[in-house]
Amino acid sequence: MIVLDEYTKYFHRGSINEVIALKDFSLNVKNGDFITIIGSNGAGKSTLLNGIAGVFLPDSGKITLNDTNITNWPEHRRAAFIGRVFQDPLLGTCGALSIEQNMAIAAKRGKHRGLSIGVKSKHRKCFQAELKKLDLGLEDRLHDKVGLLSGGQRQALTLLMASLVRPNLLLLDEHTAALDPKTANQILDLTKEIIEKENLTTLMVTHNMNQALQFGNRLIMLHQGKTLLDVKAEEKQKLTVENLISKFYASQGDNFASDRMVLI
Amino acid sequence: MTLYSFIGAVEQGFVYGIMALGVYITFRVLDFPDLTVDGSLPLGASVSAVAITHGVNPYLSLLLASGAGFLAGMVTAILNTKLKILHLLASILTMIALYSVNIRIIGGPNLSLLGAETVIDSFSKTGVAAYYAAPIAFAVIAVLITVLIIWFLHTELGLAMLATGNNPKMITSLGVNTHFIIILGVSCSNALVAVSGALVAQNQGAADVNMGVGTIVAGLASVIVGETVFGNRTILQACFAVLLGSVLYRLAIALALGIEWGAFSFTPSDLNLITSILVITALTAPMIKEKITAI
Ligand SMILES: Nc1ncnc2c1ncn2[C@@H]1O[C@H](COP(=O)(O)OP(=O)(O)OP(=O)(O)O)[C@@H](O)[C@H]1O
Ligand SMILES: [Mg+2]
Repeated sequence: MIVLDEYTKYFHRGSINEVIALKDFSLNVKNGDFITIIGSNGAGKSTLLNGIAGVFLPDSGKITLNDTNITNWPEHRRAAFIGRVFQDPLLGTCGALSIEQNMAIAAKRGKHRGLSIGVKSKHRKCFQAELKKLDLGLEDRLHDKVGLLSGGQRQALTLLMASLVRPNLLLLDEHTAALDPKTANQILDLTKEIIEKENLTTLMVTHNMNQALQFGNRLIMLHQGKTLLDVKAEEKQKLTVENLISKFYASQGDNFASDRMVLI
Repeated sequence: MTLYSFIGAVEQGFVYGIMALGVYITFRVLDFPDLTVDGSLPLGASVSAVAITHGVNPYLSLLLASGAGFLAGMVTAILNTKLKILHLLASILTMIALYSVNIRIIGGPNLSLLGAETVIDSFSKTGVAAYYAAPIAFAVIAVLITVLIIWFLHTELGLAMLATGNNPKMITSLGVNTHFIIILGVSCSNALVAVSGALVAQNQGAADVNMGVGTIVAGLASVIVGETVFGNRTILQACFAVLLGSVLYRLAIALALGIEWGAFSFTPSDLNLITSILVITALTAPMIKEKITAI
């Protein structure tokens, strides 16, 4: 469905701070794939998701969506088919606006925005029904400012908003990392539920290897802007955390000990 | 304060309140500090005055003024979004350029409208006393514009504008072109400011290229005073707070100008100083209050 072809992205190209965040990176995501992505800090995971979403354009390479070349599409145009949840719970929602206003904005993702009233009364019922599924009591707080909600509540709302209009592709970048373990698990269950129900094609970045093994049908390990490991289906089911660590270790050698990955 | 100066202050409050609403859109809704207004206020005045002296209907001249203000705002917003110039600097550049442009439009530093038919005349024809005509006319126009803004901020596009100022990353990921929204918002804001300038010119019977000095500070003062006194919990509340804040601000100025200590009294040229002090006080009041209660 979405295909990256030798995608390369530099930061600060030409200066002494130059980093190459993704190196001739190729990836073929099939419809219905749920891919978990792991890798050490600075491996290029966020760059990959941002690159697909169109936050920046590549230095070279190509992205195609269902055979349409979207390499030069700006972010807001790609948003028509992409739903996103960020690591920072504050980023995915608008704190100054109410829950229903946020949902109304999300309900228009990829559609024309005109001069009709933003929050229509016929939508409120639907918003309430959706919020009820979260089981957080938000359905009775439609008029509350989102800024009043907790990080977990905001992240749950963001997830709901990302899937309010069915996205062809869902991008999750460590979306539970800022939450306490209990809330993180709730959000993760919710994530799974939504993805399975809607059969969403998903890329999920995580630092938790167990999560990466438990979820999805394909696992990719990134390192220094390249794919270190790419396992699918049955092969993935046989994989263990020890496997992952040793595979990583084998290709890395000694600088591994300083990595955050070893802690998990 | 005499009744005469009270009515005068209310009149000024409403007519400059339209400008303050424009400042509210850039400053509060879009989080875009826009100094273009110091140039777009006299721009509106100039365009309207020139149009009226050429026989254009005064209401139509308001439309022309708003169009000119819209374009001025568009220049600032394009400098910022497309050419990546910092918003403050972009707006200062437009403001400075407008000074020259305004002199070109007028063909000199000022233009008298004495004897010409104005918007206020059509209100005095309805039979209200002459000195009530202008405040009533401005109050009606300002309230209509306030209602229009409140309505707009509740539309799909208006929600996108609110979100653009609050969380541009989120609204982009939901499919909104923030550049377009910023250009639209800053342009509309300056259109309002230009209309305000046009009405001021029609009221005082002249357009002057220097009449824009301090506009942004007065606008900010109105927004901040209004929010502090009347609150801003909902959009409706915030918009009317800005309009009433403008009236309150002009009353405060009139009051200050009336103060006499022996031989000392304020002159109209002290207005900018008083305004700055007022804005600083309003901005720091919450902080100072906190400090005092902490002691
Ligand atoms: N906006 C940016 N400007 C400059 N360099 C950047 C920027 N974003 C990422 N980088 C660099 O690109 C490389 C890849 O970063 P990226 O954020 O993709 O890593 P990551 O895999 O998401 O790491 P983490 O696990 O810490 O989130 C890093 O070296 C990083 O310093
Ligand atoms: Mg990251």
